[in-house]
Amino acid sequence: MRNRTTTPYVLVLPAWIWLALFFVVPIAGMLSLSLTTGDVITGFQQTFEVGNYVTAVSTYWEQILRSLFYGACATLVCIAVGYPMAYWIAFRAGPHKSTYLLLILLPFFVSFVLRTISWRFLLADNGVLLGTLKSIGLAPADLQVLNSTPAVVLGLAYNFLPFMVLPIYAVLERMDPRMVEAAHDLYAGRIQAFVRVILPVSLPGVFAGVLMTFIPTSADYVNASVLGGTHNTMIGNVIQSQYLVNNNYPIAASITFVLMGLLLVGIFGYARALGTERVMEVHT
Amino acid sequence: MVTTSSSTEESAVAERDRTTDEVAAIGLARVVKSYRSGSETVRAVGGVDLEIARGEFFSLLGPSGCGKTTTMRMIAGFEEPTEGVVRLSGRDVTGVPANHRDVNMVFQSYALFPHMSVAANVAFGLERKRVPKAEVKSRVAAMLELVELGHRARHRPAQLSGGQQQRVALARALVNEPGALLLDEPLGALDLKLRQSMQVELKRIQREVGITFVYVTHDQGEALTMSDRVAVMNNGLVEQLGTPAEIYERPATRFVADFIGTSNLLTGTVAGSDTAGRHRIDLESGATALSTALPPGVATGSTVHLTVRPEKVRMGTEPPTAADAPDGPACSLRGTVTETVYMGASTHYQVALDGGVEISVFRQNSSDSTLVAERGAPVWVWWDPRHSYALPS
Repeated sequence: MRNRTTTPYVLVLPAWIWLALFFVVPIAGMLSLSLTTGDVITGFQQTFEVGNYVTAVSTYWEQILRSLFYGACATLVCIAVGYPMAYWIAFRAGPHKSTYLLLILLPFFVSFVLRTISWRFLLADNGVLLGTLKSIGLAPADLQVLNSTPAVVLGLAYNFLPFMVLPIYAVLERMDPRMVEAAHDLYAGRIQAFVRVILPVSLPGVFAGVLMTFIPTSADYVNASVLGGTHNTMIGNVIQSQYLVNNNYPIAASITFVLMGLLLVGIFGYARALGTERVMEVHT
Repeated sequence: MVTTSSSTEESAVAERDRTTDEVAAIGLARVVKSYRSGSETVRAVGGVDLEIARGEFFSLLGPSGCGKTTTMRMIAGFEEPTEGVVRLSGRDVTGVPANHRDVNMVFQSYALFPHMSVAANVAFGLERKRVPKAEVKSRVAAMLELVELGHRARHRPAQLSGGQQQRVALARALVNEPGALLLDEPLGALDLKLRQSMQVELKRIQREVGITFVYVTHDQGEALTMSDRVAVMNNGLVEQLGTPAEIYERPATRFVADFIGTSNLLTGTVAGSDTAGRHRIDLESGATALSTALPPGVATGSTVHLTVRPEKVRMGTEPPTAADAPDGPACSLRGTVTETVYMGASTHYQVALDGGVEISVFRQNSSDSTLVAERGAPVWVWWDPRHSYALPS
């Protein structure tokens, strides 16, 4: 009897230890680091210097806003491209569903950085894409895509598209096809059935997809540094250079917490707006 | 039928009422549905003709894979027939999509919209038909009262029990006052007690609203108790069409006899007829039985299956007297009781006839009858020739 009541706690213990060691301890360490002063040579003193946060926001608000904007744009592109993909695989791909899912996951077999670098070749001024378009006169000869905002957003959207497709697919796949038939039976045409039934029922998948793309894209620095040039730096690039180039750990840590705080506020606001019960509800 | 205003809807209703007596609510003419499965073509429905009258409670009964659900889906417009014509109130609707057909469906899985309240689910069809808001509200409220769910209008489907969800599905379809209501095994997911009370409930609602019900089921009890007429389907074809009593009392084929209730089947050869119009059938066991009905096209000398329901078989430890069996001992068969099962209201016997065939006998446990025979006892069984039917082999 005693065993039976303690077993669940014993089983969950490794997960707790893991979380404590690799999540709680680093986060606490980072929080205390963000409230220190000093430099890497003389050492950092715990002075509870809140001014670090003021400096972080006042110096880098532009990069913070740009990151959130790029993340939002990339997420919108992912919804626009990913929803039809997920819809098509769930309802139209017939017996070949797993083939198409594999195709979506296939890019993961190549390193993230390599995939991003290969976009440099695709988007080069006279590369495969622009070169062809320019030679047949569909694009002006001086058009440049690389080192621009669209290049970064495209790169982000491309890299995180599977994280949007998969959760939407999972919801659509589980949807009872009879429910769509019921909508048609109750005089809804194709558009009405989609707008009134399929889309609202698939919202939890879209919500999960948005979380899984918006958070990592806003915090990404690889795409901005590979495809963005010097004028499109994101907050990830700032954190990276403050940590590894300037060794200004307190500022780096405070920017990290500012970003984290903004994302959390954004997510809760978003869940509120969509209606939490609707989003969190598991439809069967 | 999609109508854009209530006035055209009224005229549609008037049109419907005028044609009530002459035109069947649903007509299927030589309807075939075949699927491509790899290189093979599978015939799910192999040529079905049906006329379902207005206001009728009509059941499509058969085992799974018999084509009953496909037939219903062709009426609803979810599937298009490969050949043949589907008519609703006399109008050819073959090729018309489901959202333009004046029928509504109750799905086996209910298929309720999980993100909408019960009231919004029920209002869905009326809103699509652009019925004025105030009218939608009052019709939804009235329909929820009819299915006794008025107090649940604001709940989500997931908050309701299975039986309640079932009634929401029914209300959602019925509120549109369709030309016919299609029900696809609607009680399949409910437990036995609830299923029985819902059967009574469905029948009550059908009487109250007077709408044609087409009911798909594999449960023969359900089909027999609720329906005005039943079509028994097998292998994509209608095996027999008739009232529940006709289907049960006079099964037309061996399949129907087997599928509906319990039947005793005895194989024999037609030996000839007597002056009273009864046919003598020489059974394989060597005994002779009499039957009043022969299937069309069966002549003397052909092999037939004689069928008789277990509750129609009489049994005794002595050969039947002239009073017991007016047709004399020629119609009685000797056998041995191999099993007795006491069922409360009745007792079921298994009797091995001389010659090897085993038959079932049901006896009511009425006040004056006790256990007729113990296991292993020799017995005689006989029946009125009017209760046995010869089926083609």
